[in-house]
Amino acid sequence: MHISEGILSGPVLVSGIALAAAGTAIGLRKLDVDRIPRAAILSAAFFVASLVHVPIGASSVHLILNGIVGLILGWGAFPVILVALALQAVLFQFGGITTLGVNTVIMAFPAVVSYYVFGPLVRRRPEIALPAAFACGAASVFLGALLVGLALTLTEKNFLKVSAMVAAAHIPVMIIEGIITAFCVAFLKKVQPEILPGNEIDRA
Amino acid sequence: MIQEPFVCGDSQIHRLDPRFRIVVVAAYAFVVALSDRFSVLFLGLAFSFVLIGISRLPLFEVAKRLLLVNGFVLFLWFVVPVTFPGTPLFHLGPLTATGEGLLVSARITIKSNAILLTFIAMIATSRIATLGAALARMRVPEKIVLLLLMSYRYIFVMETEYHRLARSATVRGFRPSTSIHTYRTYAYLIGMLFVRAQARAERVYMAMLCRGFSGKFHSLQEFSFSRKDGFWAGCTTIALLGLGVLEWMD
Repeated sequence: MHISEGILSGPVLVSGIALAAAGTAIGLRKLDVDRIPRAAILSAAFFVASLVHVPIGASSVHLILNGIVGLILGWGAFPVILVALALQAVLFQFGGITTLGVNTVIMAFPAVVSYYVFGPLVRRRPEIALPAAFACGAASVFLGALLVGLALTLTEKNFLKVSAMVAAAHIPVMIIEGIITAFCVAFLKKVQPEILPGNEIDRA
Repeated sequence: MIQEPFVCGDSQIHRLDPRFRIVVVAAYAFVVALSDRFSVLFLGLAFSFVLIGISRLPLFEVAKRLLLVNGFVLFLWFVVPVTFPGTPLFHLGPLTATGEGLLVSARITIKSNAILLTFIAMIATSRIATLGAALARMRVPEKIVLLLLMSYRYIFVMETEYHRLARSATVRGFRPSTSIHTYRTYAYLIGMLFVRAQARAERVYMAMLCRGFSGKFHSLQEFSFSRKDGFWAGCTTIALLGLGVLEWMD
């Protein structure tokens, strides 16, 4: 989910950079140096997981997973997503330089929101945790699509219909992200619950 | 597999100071992204073609990348002309394409591809390790650089790990389809990837501590801004100023 170069207007690009910088600064403050290797290797795992194509009908979609990134990393999602997008730009030329800020906000802001909204629910018992995890995956994609629409509409108000189509195109992705996030959280709760929020081992 | 087809090469551009390349690409990208006149956009596109020419990259690979990245642009060509208000140009069934909409699409296409080509010529020709060291010298926060270098280092490890998991699923008869079973399998695969990533992170960090890691990667790479870099800096500054003046004059 990213906007390519050359579409957005100057003010939108600059506000994207400012918001991404603010989020990244908070994220870095919360991420001590001894947590960086963990964040980096998880970021590599997310990078690879987001290249996975999941079949849907005759076509396939690739995963975004920003909901679960948020659950696992909290505010750390901002620097981690920024770095992942920079790597995507250099390795595959997806996204770009001017849009790096906007794209970081599009993916990382929903991640942080889901950390606060769904984080506390996910650690409860499965009847609450699994629907919450589904909502987390779906809502993160939905919020991201809304932000894409917002960036396009603020650039040019006639892009409203384009934005609506972008959002509509994300509906199947939302559902699949929700299902994958729910199963993934169920798996992590069984196998390694301390990876999810609220269960961190105290590293005194 | 993740590949970096543009890193190998020995052109003038490959030998330029990476700090200079980062600055030039950023400046160029903003100038082109914020320009609206077609004269400026075409000159910008010409600038990027010149860079691709100098970089002597395999043109087939470059074209392949462009095709992959132009998906969203193609989508805009289908939607923007028929949703943009303006003077009607022609009718397609119930839809009316407007001249303004076509111009908007054309502008975006040129901008997007011009920036991409320059990016490929100047940045994708550099190793990530080199870029990381260059960013560190440019006073980008240590933690970001560390995150970038370590993520890059482990992408390939994680990719191998993922392929191993996917292969063992295939061996057990897993065939992806549109079903809950498929999604559950992928979710568990990805969950397992996180679990392994977490375990590996612990081991890697311990090993780093044993080797005296104190929060900083020391790069032995030296950067020097040579005469040739100076020449390039002069030329590109003039070119970018020219584009800027052309766009924002009167």
